[in-house]
Amino acid sequence: MSKPSNNLQMVENSEATKVPVRIDEHIVEIVSDSGEGAQKAGQTFGTVSAKMGNGVWTVEIIPAEIKPPARSPAGASGIRIRLGSHNMTNMGDAADLVVALNEQVLYSRIATHAYKPGTVILLENKWITDPDPKIREQYQSAVAEFRENGLIVHELAMEDECLKLTPRPRLGKNMFVLGMLSYIYSRDAEKANHEIDLTFARKGEKVVHLNQQLWKAGYEFAKENLDYWYEIPPWERETTKPLIVTSGNQALGLGVMASGMDLVSMYPITPATSASHYLAEVFHNIGGFVHQAEDEIAAIGFAIGSSFAGKTACTITSGPGLALKTEFVALAVMAEIPLVIAVVQRGGPSTGLPTKVEQGDLLASLYGEPGDAPKVVIAAATIEECVHFVIMARKLAETFRTPVILLTDANLATGVQPYPRPEAKAEWFASPIDQSPWDKGVDPFQWNEETGLSPRPIVGQPGGEYVLTGLAHTTESKVAYDRESNQRGCNMRSRKLAALWSTLKPPEIHGSPEGELLLVGWGSTLGAIEEAVDKARAEGYKVSSLHLRFLSPLEPGLEEIFSRFKNIFTIEINYSDEADAPLITPGNRRYSQLSILLRAQTLVDVDCWTNVHGQPMQPGLIYDEITRRLNAMKGES
Amino acid sequence: MFGLKADWSLDIKQRYFSLGDYTAGEARWCPGCGDHGVLTVVQRICRDEQLLPEKTVAVSGIGCSSRLPHYMGTYGFHGLHGRALPVACGIKSRRPDLDVWVATGDGDCYSIGTGHWIHAVRYNMDMTVLVFDNSVYGLTKKQTSPTTPIGFQSNTHPQGAPLEPLNPLTVTLGISNVSFVAQTIDWNPVHLYETIKAAHNHKGFSLVNILQRCPVYSDNVFKHLQEDPSQLLLLTHEKGIHLEKSLLRLFPNQQEHDPLNMSEAYDIADQNVPVGLLYHNPDVPCYEDISSQGKDMGIDDKLVALNAAYDQFAI
Repeated sequence: MSKPSNNLQMVENSEATKVPVRIDEHIVEIVSDSGEGAQKAGQTFGTVSAKMGNGVWTVEIIPAEIKPPARSPAGASGIRIRLGSHNMTNMGDAADLVVALNEQVLYSRIATHAYKPGTVILLENKWITDPDPKIREQYQSAVAEFRENGLIVHELAMEDECLKLTPRPRLGKNMFVLGMLSYIYSRDAEKANHEIDLTFARKGEKVVHLNQQLWKAGYEFAKENLDYWYEIPPWERETTKPLIVTSGNQALGLGVMASGMDLVSMYPITPATSASHYLAEVFHNIGGFVHQAEDEIAAIGFAIGSSFAGKTACTITSGPGLALKTEFVALAVMAEIPLVIAVVQRGGPSTGLPTKVEQGDLLASLYGEPGDAPKVVIAAATIEECVHFVIMARKLAETFRTPVILLTDANLATGVQPYPRPEAKAEWFASPIDQSPWDKGVDPFQWNEETGLSPRPIVGQPGGEYVLTGLAHTTESKVAYDRESNQRGCNMRSRKLAALWSTLKPPEIHGSPEGELLLVGWGSTLGAIEEAVDKARAEGYKVSSLHLRFLSPLEPGLEEIFSRFKNIFTIEINYSDEADAPLITPGNRRYSQLSILLRAQTLVDVDCWTNVHGQPMQPGLIYDEITRRLNAMKGES
Repeated sequence: MFGLKADWSLDIKQRYFSLGDYTAGEARWCPGCGDHGVLTVVQRICRDEQLLPEKTVAVSGIGCSSRLPHYMGTYGFHGLHGRALPVACGIKSRRPDLDVWVATGDGDCYSIGTGHWIHAVRYNMDMTVLVFDNSVYGLTKKQTSPTTPIGFQSNTHPQGAPLEPLNPLTVTLGISNVSFVAQTIDWNPVHLYETIKAAHNHKGFSLVNILQRCPVYSDNVFKHLQEDPSQLLLLTHEKGIHLEKSLLRLFPNQQEHDPLNMSEAYDIADQNVPVGLLYHNPDVPCYEDISSQGKDMGIDDKLVALNAAYDQFAI
């Protein structure tokens, strides 16, 4: 059987005259079966790019199953890297260039609209000579179909090239791919080889050397055979602070450590668990401990026990786990126990979309408990905020003697981005537990009528002995079923939120402070919303956005801000009825979660635009909605 | 406000605690309820051992038994139904200096809290767990519990409980890391005292199943045992519960049982209503020895560790 030749446009220009094309940004994907190292190659590519000064956002493409069959759409595993000359805050829209190790995995990406006509696909071509006629046929028909749909497919003999260096190309091909991408995007060879060295150093010099050879082979192969050569200048940052690169879940772990909490009590649940995996690796270095409980309920119960005994703890979970923890969350509210509950949101209801993003737990966080259970709810909007918001959450929990729910989501959890290295401050760490004698004249719930705040005796303080209870209670923590005591307890717990509210500043507006249209978001959609707003504003559209970090209490000044815009709508990744859907009327339309809150709090007619695709919000979709709405408003006036 | 008072440890020796220091309020259990006797014994042990009230925590779930912390002069945590053990374990996890007691019941521990019971035995954290086993739900007014005898008429099974009861002793004995299992009866304060005291002295998770009379809802369940002590099997052994002569006279039915003998313990628990120490292994590791590691790390070391964690991600 004769080998097919690479059907490439051969480089015609001579080396001397050829220069790379300067571009502002690109979205690159590497897609394969799982186990082929696509993610490692992509992460390394992202790290090298960040070190070269580019803005970078990477997100893993995770197969839907644990052991999907090879060459199946469901098995698509890989990574998307968005890199450019400015800050990258989200995964963007359609990819510009894709390296695929088989054609079948591309189908699942196409199904999620990850590509567009003109997307370049660099495809492994070994399947065309596969002994299985069915595979040969699949390959050929897929390539034809891709081309018909406007994808620019280059069939490349990557495996053959790797075979020249290693008998096991499946293990080394990812570094070959990294080499190809390094040429295409003019990545610094020294930096790339340094990363390879770091990755494989543990396996010995021989392995490092082989992988560096594979990288070089990929680089030379791309140089000789491909007509894609780009330069992406570094992002001119305002800050020269050193950077770190982490995922959102690693950032949560760093936040836990920086916050001074030394106990995380968890139960495995996707997509939250990788935060605990990270902590389990390093937490002991800082004197901390990860407790894997027997279930979600025990996980929060254990954390509450620790908090009650003076060591404020954290539990990390996702929607179904939050549902199980409900009763304990209410106890923490009722008995005023400081506690941090990090919720990495995924698609719901029920088991829903375990690996995919949704912002569907907002109302459950606020109102999940039977009875009135006021608590603080905050949402991180960036990976960097995943660090700082844990620190803030512990402070708030202890100051306001309350559980704090910190919302992130699967998009932040798995996204990876460089950001300024957080500080390490001694004052963030918890003080030693106060064991000095307690003034017996002070009740364990001696509420300040103005603020609802009260000092808390810690177990071990002589004279402070009291029995914490989830029953209605007096200032002395004595069970009380009388009308005044219960009303008072509810008043005091609610008043704490008003006290916190009075310390907050109104949110900043992105764009001009008044205009036609205001978008309101929360959580991980920040980057996509602002990118879309910036693009529309550059084209003259009068649109602005604001992004909420505090959801309970809501940030102040919203009503006044809303009065400066003609139309306001939220952008969220959770369900809402489309206004023109069958049977839907203004009387029965179900709004998205933040819009329900804003409508109730401000009495402003806040609309919503949402989807539950299980995907991070894309700037292109938001831009389309902005222009559609503004053009419609123009038509009406 | 923060930090240990330097001269505080000197105070300890000058303090003497009487029963009143471990008492708070008036117990609101029904007249004739076995819970009164257990509370008194716990308070006496606290007094006899001179436990620091501020370092003692009584944790409970929900049920009649779980009101116990409210009547103690120590710190207490009256939480959720079935969830006393995770809270107690959490308290102990970073504060091994605290003396943790758990008051729970047959519904709280063996039904809604089953998962936590199994795993708390496995964690083997040092705490004294008293299960007030009255074979019925009392606080919610006479529903079938896991230890309700078959045929017992309750409000949920007016025709009689349809299932064989669960045997908490054999179940507990079957769990990895089990280190202390005993059974006693509320109507014999001497044996009750000695058993709970032995449980408290054990470093590890000590489970004491207390057959406890509910005069309102399950009076007839233990009546025959009360009236005819020969239906109980008194366990004797030098490593077992300390037994006064009066006890030996009271229980005609006795067996010498080495509490290290697991298979014999299982057989006894399976075939009798034992009173005494079924199993005791002082050498099982305690989870708090793992979970509390690093608790005293200084701020400077923590700063170094945090910076090292950042360094790992530096570019």
